[in-house]
Amino acid sequence: MSSAADTAAGAAVAGTGRGDGPRRRWGYLFERERVLGPVMLLPAVLYLIFVVGYPLLLAFFYAFSDVTVGSNRFDFVGFQTFITAIHDPVFLKAIEHSFLITGISQALVIVLCTVLAFVLAADFHGKWFLRFLVLMPWTTPVALGAIIWLWMLDSIFTPFDWFASKLGVIPDGGHLVLLGHAGTAVGSVIAVQTWRMLPLATVIVLAGLSSIPQDIEEQAQVDGAGFWRRLFSIQLPLLAPVIMVAILFGVVFTFTDMAVIFILTGGGPGNATQVLPSWAFYKGINGGNLSVGAADAMFMFPVLLGITAIVLRMASRIGGE
Amino acid sequence: MATVQTRELRKEFGHNAAVDGIDLETEEGEYLVLLGPSGCGKTTLLRLIAGLEHPTGGDVLIGGEVVTRLPPRARKIAMVFQSYALYPHKTVRKNITFPLAAAGVPKESWPDKVEWASEVLGIGRLLDRRPRQLSGGERQRVALARALVREPQVFLFDEPLSNLDAKLRTSARDELKEFQRRMGVTTVYVTHDQVEAMGLGDRVAVLNSGQVQQIGLPEEVYADPANTFVATFVGAPPMNLLHVKDELLGFRPENLLPLEAVGRREGQMECDFEISRVENLGSDRYVYGTIAELDPDAKVIAKLPSTITVTVTPGGREKFVVAGDKLRYFDVEGGHRIDAPTAELPR
Amino acid sequence: MAGTMRSREVGTVRGRIGIYLTALFFALFCGFPFLWAGMTMFRQDADLYNSQHLPFEYSQPATFSHVSSLFTDTPYLRFILNSVIIGLLTVAITLLLAVPAAYALARLTGRWGVPLAIGIFAVYLVPPTLLFLPLSRVIVALGLQDSIWSLVVVYPGFTIPLSVWLLVGFFRSVPRDVEEQAQVDGYSRIAAVVRTVLPLVVPGLFTVIVFTFTLTMQDFIYALAFISSSSHMTVSVGVPTNLIKGDVLYWQSLMASAVIVAIPIALLYNLFLNKFIQGFTLGAVKG
Repeated sequence: MSSAADTAAGAAVAGTGRGDGPRRRWGYLFERERVLGPVMLLPAVLYLIFVVGYPLLLAFFYAFSDVTVGSNRFDFVGFQTFITAIHDPVFLKAIEHSFLITGISQALVIVLCTVLAFVLAADFHGKWFLRFLVLMPWTTPVALGAIIWLWMLDSIFTPFDWFASKLGVIPDGGHLVLLGHAGTAVGSVIAVQTWRMLPLATVIVLAGLSSIPQDIEEQAQVDGAGFWRRLFSIQLPLLAPVIMVAILFGVVFTFTDMAVIFILTGGGPGNATQVLPSWAFYKGINGGNLSVGAADAMFMFPVLLGITAIVLRMASRIGGE
Repeated sequence: MATVQTRELRKEFGHNAAVDGIDLETEEGEYLVLLGPSGCGKTTLLRLIAGLEHPTGGDVLIGGEVVTRLPPRARKIAMVFQSYALYPHKTVRKNITFPLAAAGVPKESWPDKVEWASEVLGIGRLLDRRPRQLSGGERQRVALARALVREPQVFLFDEPLSNLDAKLRTSARDELKEFQRRMGVTTVYVTHDQVEAMGLGDRVAVLNSGQVQQIGLPEEVYADPANTFVATFVGAPPMNLLHVKDELLGFRPENLLPLEAVGRREGQMECDFEISRVENLGSDRYVYGTIAELDPDAKVIAKLPSTITVTVTPGGREKFVVAGDKLRYFDVEGGHRIDAPTAELPR
Repeated sequence: MAGTMRSREVGTVRGRIGIYLTALFFALFCGFPFLWAGMTMFRQDADLYNSQHLPFEYSQPATFSHVSSLFTDTPYLRFILNSVIIGLLTVAITLLLAVPAAYALARLTGRWGVPLAIGIFAVYLVPPTLLFLPLSRVIVALGLQDSIWSLVVVYPGFTIPLSVWLLVGFFRSVPRDVEEQAQVDGYSRIAAVVRTVLPLVVPGLFTVIVFTFTLTMQDFIYALAFISSSSHMTVSVGVPTNLIKGDVLYWQSLMASAVIVAIPIALLYNLFLNKFIQGFTLGAVKG
């Protein structure tokens, strides 16, 4: 006991010496939340401004200029680039295709992901394997997934030809040439985008499903509600915001994707599957016309802005609670 | 050893003053308890002393030195949190040596210090366990051992008993008191539990709305509350308050006794107690009712020890008395204590 | 079981059959391309390029030659190496910047924390297809064209926002008491975080590492726009632009190239999926 008191006093004396000095004072600066917070936050924010904010601003400048890949000249031409872009018939088709492909594929995803989430929430044998398979389209890099689909859809050795001939749609030994006709090419792209986006949406909805309190479900059962009534008047309404979030992600990723088009169809046949981002790529990089490419891509912006606004509103509503 | 002092200490969150100009000073080696309801600012005050919050105004002094601008580590304090905040990824031994590493204590002397601290708290056999393998009481002791090896000038406790079950709490309270008495280190202890406050504190400071309502010995705070807040917050059941003429008349439930049991004495206030309900708690009986002649609206409680066997029946009316020196008076507007009645009370 | 797993027991026989049929449908829809690719990669040419053969059986013995030729005759291994190097460097930059930022957002910024975190997350929604044109000029200005460093510089633009969002959730799940205790115990704020908070968010850090890495494997457009020589290409771009040569397609090798990358990533993903969901939702709740 007495030794403890001695050492305590000793530590106190030693401590007073330690607490002072300019070096220490300077060190205490980082104890203040108002200093430490910005210091920790700033590097990430500056980095994002450099690789996202600044290029985004540049994209606007390009769209209002006549800049090309080769030159460093930089004249502002106002809306001239946009007017040129709009008068390009392929561009107008690209807009149409973008909305068509995104709209149909994500409508399919809404239905499929909800059903799939309910299946994965149930108990059955081999569930882990289904979960693994379901995730694969999402975890596989887009470009590689698209190559597999290219092999399945484009070659004359496609299994779909075999199925079709067995069903009598085409004669034995005939070919569908799915990517060769405008209609089936668009359909194929929609199928691939649905396939690719289904996992993410399912995972998000599944998370939402497991966060519905069990007692609400049980209360409804006690109250005598059957399966379908519980589904439509309790679970789906409670899931609606989560499904919404899932679809917003799906829309952003599908609307802005060019890898599937680039590998599967190259925009063809005859620009039948050209979408905004792929057209921007062909114009901007392959065609060397940065300003027209940027202007084309810029037409994605209003849609993205709208979606981001919705996401932010929903996120801040969740965050504010 | 050192004293803790706060000067005009203020802390605002937005427009809300959690601590609203508090002046306090402990004595050397004193056990000061900060008592108040939740949201009264007592925990904020403790965190200001620890340096975990930065005050909006005023100063904190430890050992006579202004430490307001110093971070927690430079204040030579030890703190025990409500949750005990044991490092879940470290063994008990590593938990205890963690502050030693921070202080740059040479490694050779760690085993001695761990041995000493674990002996003081009787946790020698727990040293290689992890926090989640410990019971609530054991966690408290580990937290104390960890606080102890720092050899702090001041101990700060933030409701350390509130996570324990009722039975354990009583024995843990004894241990804490015994611990502090042996160490003799100045201690500031926050609680909302008046039983803890009364049992542990050398002095008790009652806080409400970010201000000190009263500071004094436990028996002073109990017997001579400075205002109606202290009168009703401290003591269970609370002090009876009756609106009589222009003042509030107060007396503790245990001082309202049947005339039959105590007999007539000089200076007594005598009244007719209309009894509505009787609760028998074993050691005591709580008698609920009103005293219509004084304040027909006020609910009045009398607490009769089991040694008083007078029969009281609900619906009846009995003569009750309060000894003259047990009567307290408060002004109606501010609820502050006043010395003497300005008007004669009924006899 | 139903209670802890939050799984729903399906009672009726009809219900069970329905579940299995639906499960089978989704297994086929999601898995069929991989089944087809897996069957293709071991076929001999004579078996593959003969439309008379039944598609779901091998008419000739399986062969490993197309898979091994992928490694011996093509720069595939180089692509993988490039992808791994780029991925690891991106992970390093992301951790270096996202960990402090997420901590600050979780603990230090008060009521600005939530809107700022959401704002940073919104950056994740800015698509590469909008940025690749101006960025291609920035890359030239930095002298990084046709270098893997161009991708290392650009990828944190989308990995940081997602990582910050996940990490904010993980940091919030660590009780404040623990780091305050460390501060009282004599450590500076930063030392307290490093010694007590970081060890407690190790699962979160692993999750961020895995998802940052897999996210870099997903990119196609940046690699396509910035890299021109095959020795610097990533798997995602190298395979489709470099291995499909004119009309001579080695489809067995191409399928192998996709499957070999897809399986390990899917396994990693599955391992950390629950943590990912937890972090994703933790970031949102508890403002």
